[in-house]
Amino acid sequence: MQATLNAAVAPAYSPEVRQLLFDYVLQLADTSLLLGHRLSEWCGHGPILEQDLALANIALDLLGETRSLYQYAAELEGRRRTEDDLAFLRVATDYRNPLLVEQPNGDFAHTVVRQFLFDNFHYHFLQQLQTSPNEHLAAIAEKSVKEAAYHLKWSAEWIIRLGDGTEESRQRIDKAISKLWRYAGELTTPTPTEKALQDLGLIPNYTALQPTLDAYVAQVFAEATLPVPQQIAVQLGGKQGRHSEHLGYILAELQYMQRTYPGMQW
Amino acid sequence: METAELTQEELFQQRIDADQRIEPKDWMPDAYRKTLIRQISQHAHSEIVGMLPEGNWITRAPSLKRKSILLAKVQDEAGHGLYLYSAAETLGASRDQMLADLHAGKAKYSSIFNYPTLSWADIGCVGWLVDGAAILNQVPLCRTSFGPYARAMVRVCKEESFHQRQGFEIMQTLCEGAPEQKAMAQEALNRWWWPTLMMFGPKDDESPNTARSMQWRIKRFTNDELRQKFVDMMVPQAEFLGLTVPDLALQWNETKQGYDFGEVNWEEFWQVVNGNGLCNHDRLQARVDAWEEGAWVREAALAHAEKRRQRQEPIHKSGPTRKAELPQD
Repeated sequence: MQATLNAAVAPAYSPEVRQLLFDYVLQLADTSLLLGHRLSEWCGHGPILEQDLALANIALDLLGETRSLYQYAAELEGRRRTEDDLAFLRVATDYRNPLLVEQPNGDFAHTVVRQFLFDNFHYHFLQQLQTSPNEHLAAIAEKSVKEAAYHLKWSAEWIIRLGDGTEESRQRIDKAISKLWRYAGELTTPTPTEKALQDLGLIPNYTALQPTLDAYVAQVFAEATLPVPQQIAVQLGGKQGRHSEHLGYILAELQYMQRTYPGMQW
Repeated sequence: METAELTQEELFQQRIDADQRIEPKDWMPDAYRKTLIRQISQHAHSEIVGMLPEGNWITRAPSLKRKSILLAKVQDEAGHGLYLYSAAETLGASRDQMLADLHAGKAKYSSIFNYPTLSWADIGCVGWLVDGAAILNQVPLCRTSFGPYARAMVRVCKEESFHQRQGFEIMQTLCEGAPEQKAMAQEALNRWWWPTLMMFGPKDDESPNTARSMQWRIKRFTNDELRQKFVDMMVPQAEFLGLTVPDLALQWNETKQGYDFGEVNWEEFWQVVNGNGLCNHDRLQARVDAWEEGAWVREAALAHAEKRRQRQEPIHKSGPTRKAELPQD
């Protein structure tokens, strides 16, 4: 079965394009893995039971997307690595997630802002990715976009509640926005890999996506009575393996079992 | 039958004896109501506190598949907590009050969650043994006399038996794996065996609530009956896994067609029940912290809903309107 799938994919792309796709699919997988990991840290500690459930739900969706992506990456690579090898057995500088998703949970406001920035990109991006000529990516996008729509509704709703809630919630969300906004720009700043795949028409063009993202932020922030931050210097690096100090600690936990007991089945 | 001369209490007992369900609006003795609120809220608290020892391994689960299963499982526990709190609310208890009692240390939760999860095999043991014991306690509750509780338990039991299979499968994978994995499984069993036997509560002659709960058909088996069932069910499973149950007195008894087993350490049982287990303090503190640190979030949601009400706007213009996502007031 695995061999048939490989054979079906193999002749379609040159080795160079396969490498680009592999790097890129890993980037997407690392991104949902890391954000799912962060959200799962909330499990049992949410501000109210219903939100504990919601956070776990989003984490589970992201984990599901992660697995589909790593499986496809493993296929593209064709070196018999498994989803777990890719998730657990790489070094920090090989992870390709944007900086935003490795940022700590902080208080609920930080989690909500991080989620909203990601969901806004993720949802609108997946909508476009559904029409990719790469059938694997299109299929993964088609499944995940429905979940991402729910995630975005959830985080937008909380931006509004916290922005237009109490004085304290307003202060907290202001603080979270000023801390996290600098990481948003990386999502839509293409790396050379992304640029190459965009030129090949395999993934959506971020420049074309930007007005949609901005318009949704403007709409939600207006309802939340929050000003949209302007002119914030963008932090880049994660998508090319240059991470914040947080990633190492996440990996120490995430990889603990696989590193301690190499080569075993679980 | 001269029903006209029967008291309300006698009529109530008659319905119970006829195995009729009692519904929230029916007359019921105060003590029945209180017993149920105590039991259901205790059960709900156990689900919520029980998220902590298992949640402890989500970020370290050894594979993506195991991580997904574990996260989904812990999420199920939160769901169980929700429908149990709702069942207790039909008796007039408020969720906030029940939580306040938990946080103040007045309400109990299952003592088993005051033991730490130290290795990945503990996640297997919690599913296999702890959920296994919970199922034995809970399956009879699907026929318990109070309707909302019985119906909640039908759903809970379905999910719990799925969890138990998952736990057993973790253990089986470990036992069929490398020597280190098998050792991990045995070491975890050594720690979890006795505490799970304690989950059935004190011995029958020291269980103050059993007789009346049996009379009201809230409970259908005694603690010792269930404990015996559990041992009889689990010993063959441990043998199948190739694990040794840590009880030198364990022996098949042909006459009773069941196992004889050693005495539970009741001193330890009461110590943990009374708050002196390794994790009692930390588990409760984690719940209190989550509640207190979440206060501003709940207040913001209420304040926002109130602003919308005053502006006569729908509660959620741009978001989902599912009730489950709204904080309870």
